[in-house]
Amino acid sequence: MIALYLTLLIPLAATLIFALIGHWKHAGSLNLLVCAATFATSLSCAVDVFNNGALMSPGKLFYVDAFNVYLVLVNALVGLTTAIFSRPYMAHEVEIGRVDDARMRLYHSMYQGFLLTMLVALTTNNLGLLWVAVEGATLATVLLVSLYRTPESIEAGWKYFILCGVGIAQALFGTVLVYFAAERVLPGAEDALLWSVLKDHAAELEPTVLTLAFVFLLVGYGTKIGLVPLHNWLPDAHSEGPTPMSAILSGLLLNIALYAVVRYKMLIEPALGNHLPGYLMIGFGMLSFTVAGILLHRQKDIKRMFSYSSIEHMGLMTLAFGIGGPLATFGGLLHMIVHSLTKSAIFVTVGHAAHVAGTQSIDKIRGLIRTQPSIGWSFLLGVVAIAGFPPFGVFTSEFLLFSATIKGWPLLVIPLLIGLAVAFAGLFRHLQPMVFGEPPAGQVPVKANMLPVLLHLLVVLWLGVAIPDVLSRWLDQATIMVVGRGLL
Amino acid sequence: MTLTQLPLAEQFVLTLAALILFTSFLLLAQSRIVSLIHTFAWQGALLFIATCLMALTSGRHHLFISAFMTLALKVFFIPWQLRRLVVRLDIRREVETVGNASLVMIGGGALVLFSYYVVLPIRELSFLATRNTIAISLAVILIGMLMIITRRKAVAQVIGFMSMENGLFFAAVVATYGMPMVVELGVAFDVLVAAILFGIFFFQLRSGIGSLDVDHLNRLHEVDR
Repeated sequence: MIALYLTLLIPLAATLIFALIGHWKHAGSLNLLVCAATFATSLSCAVDVFNNGALMSPGKLFYVDAFNVYLVLVNALVGLTTAIFSRPYMAHEVEIGRVDDARMRLYHSMYQGFLLTMLVALTTNNLGLLWVAVEGATLATVLLVSLYRTPESIEAGWKYFILCGVGIAQALFGTVLVYFAAERVLPGAEDALLWSVLKDHAAELEPTVLTLAFVFLLVGYGTKIGLVPLHNWLPDAHSEGPTPMSAILSGLLLNIALYAVVRYKMLIEPALGNHLPGYLMIGFGMLSFTVAGILLHRQKDIKRMFSYSSIEHMGLMTLAFGIGGPLATFGGLLHMIVHSLTKSAIFVTVGHAAHVAGTQSIDKIRGLIRTQPSIGWSFLLGVVAIAGFPPFGVFTSEFLLFSATIKGWPLLVIPLLIGLAVAFAGLFRHLQPMVFGEPPAGQVPVKANMLPVLLHLLVVLWLGVAIPDVLSRWLDQATIMVVGRGLL
Repeated sequence: MTLTQLPLAEQFVLTLAALILFTSFLLLAQSRIVSLIHTFAWQGALLFIATCLMALTSGRHHLFISAFMTLALKVFFIPWQLRRLVVRLDIRREVETVGNASLVMIGGGALVLFSYYVVLPIRELSFLATRNTIAISLAVILIGMLMIITRRKAVAQVIGFMSMENGLFFAAVVATYGMPMVVELGVAFDVLVAAILFGIFFFQLRSGIGSLDVDHLNRLHEVDR
C-alpha cells in the first residue's frame, strides 16, 4: 500500500520542486533519479499485487488489480527510459538555442506532472477522478507541445488544447450519465462512482442511460486514443513537440485513454446484455486502422509518419477489445505493452536521427546506418518490430488478434491483412533510403545513449519468444475480468 | 402532469434552465468581444442561482460549495481574466462578424431538438423537470461546440469551451445533485488551470502568428502537399 502512495507522491513532489526551483545544470539528472524512484516503488507495488492480489486503499480512492498493475509498470518503465533519453537530448536542444532555462523548468515540471496524471488515471477507483486525471494530462502536455514557440508548434498546441478539451468534455457528460444511472440504484451514495462498487451493481443499471453514456464516453476518450475521425490533433502534437514528449504521448497517453474505454466496456456491456459497445469499437477501430495505414504513405515528416502508425495500432487494439472473447482480449492487452515499448523506442531513435540529420524531413534524413550504425540499426529493428515481424512481441499479439478474428469475424480478416500490408509498405518505402541511402557530405555522428532503445527492444523480443509466467498470469486475470473467461 | 402542477422550486429551476439556454444562443450570435465575456458571466450567475436552489430544496449542502466555486470561477475569475487579457492585447473593440448568423442560429435550434430527441427515450426520466433540464444541458454543451466550430477568434473559442463546461456542470447538478466532492474539486481545478493556460496561449498566438485569428493557423496538414 505504501508503495502505491509513494508511486503517486514522488512525481507530485517532483512536479512542485521543478516548478519552484527552476532549471539548473543537474535538473535532467534529478528528473532521471525521480523516474528511477517511481519505477522502483511501482515495482514493489507490483510485487505486492502479485503476492496478495488486488489492492484497495483504505478510502477506496485507489484500486490496483491485474488489469492496471502491469500498465502502471509499463508507465513507470517508459517514464524512466524516456528520462534517460531526455537528459542528453534536451541538453542538446538548450545548446543549439531552441529552448531557454525558463522553458526547461516548465519542461521538467510538466514531465513529472504528466507522469503523475497518468499514474492517477490508472490507479484510481473513482471514474470521476479518472476523467479529471485524463484532462489533467492534456493540460500538463499542452504547453510542452508548443515548447519551441514556432508558428507550427503553437498551431499544434492550440489544436491539441481545443480538440482534446472538446472531446474530453463529451466523456465527462458520459460520466455524469453513468453516475445518474448509478444514483438510481444506490441513492445518495458518495461511492456511486467507484469502479469497485459499480462493477457489483452493473446488472441493475438502466440500459438506455448506459447506451447513451457509452457513446459519449467512446467519443470522448476516443479523441484521446486518436480514433479516426477524431484524430486530427495527434500527428500535429506528436510532430511539433519535443521528441521525449512524443515518446511518452504515444507510448502512454493513448494507452490510458484506451484503458478508460475498456474499463467502461467491462461495466456497460454486461449491463446492456448486447454487444453494442463491442460493435462500436470494432467500427471505430477498423476505420482508424485503415485510414491511418493509407495516410502513412503521404507523410513527409518522420515524426508525423510514426504518429500515424500509432493511430493504426490504437485502431488495432480498439478492434481487439471490440471483438471481445478471451483470445482477442489477451492479444489486445499484450499489444498495449509491446506497442508502447516499441513505439517509444522508435521515437527515441527518431529523435537521435533528427539530430544527426538536423531536420525531421524524411527526404533529408539519409544514410543513418553509415553515419552512426547504432542509430541506423536501432531504427531498422524498431520498424521491423512495429511492422509485426515474427521474433518480436508485436507479431504475437497481432497473431492472437488474427486468430480471434478468423474465429469470430472471418470477413474482417481481408481488410485487416490488406491494411497491414499497406502500412508495412508505407513504413518501409520511407525507411529504406533513410537507413541505407547515401549520407550527405559532412554528416557526423551525435552523442547518443541507445540504452533505452536496446532495453525496450529486448523486452519486446522476450515477449515475442516467451511471455514470462508473472505477466501471462496477470494478462489472463485481466482477460477474465474483461470478458469473464481466461485464455490459459 | 403539466408544468404548472410542478412544485414551485422545480418550475423555477426550469425557468433558469430556459434562461441558461437563452444565454447560450446569445453567445452564439454575439459579435462584440466584451459583450461576449459579459454574457458568459451572466450564464455563470444563472448557473450559480440554479445550484443554490437545488442545494436548498434537496438539502444536500455540499452543493453550496460547488455553487460558490462556480461563482468564484465562472462569474468572477474567468470573465475578469479574459477582460484583462482583452485589454492588454488591445482587442477590446474588435468585432467578429459571425458568418451566416441566421444559419448558425438555426443550427443551434436543431441541436436543441436533437438533444430532446436523444434524451426523451430514457424511461427513468419520467420526471418532467429532470427530462427537460438534462436535454437543455446537453443542448448547452452542443451549442458550445457549435460556437467553437463557427468562431474564428481565439477568445470566442475559449468562451465556447467554457460554456460547454457550464453545460456539463448544469447536467451534473440537475441530474444527480452534483458529482462526489473529490470529483467536483478536481473538475474545478482543471477548469482553473485551463483558464490560465488559455491566457498564456493568447500571448503565444499573438507573438507566433501575429493575430488571435485561428484562420491563420493553417501550416499543418493531414497530408503534405
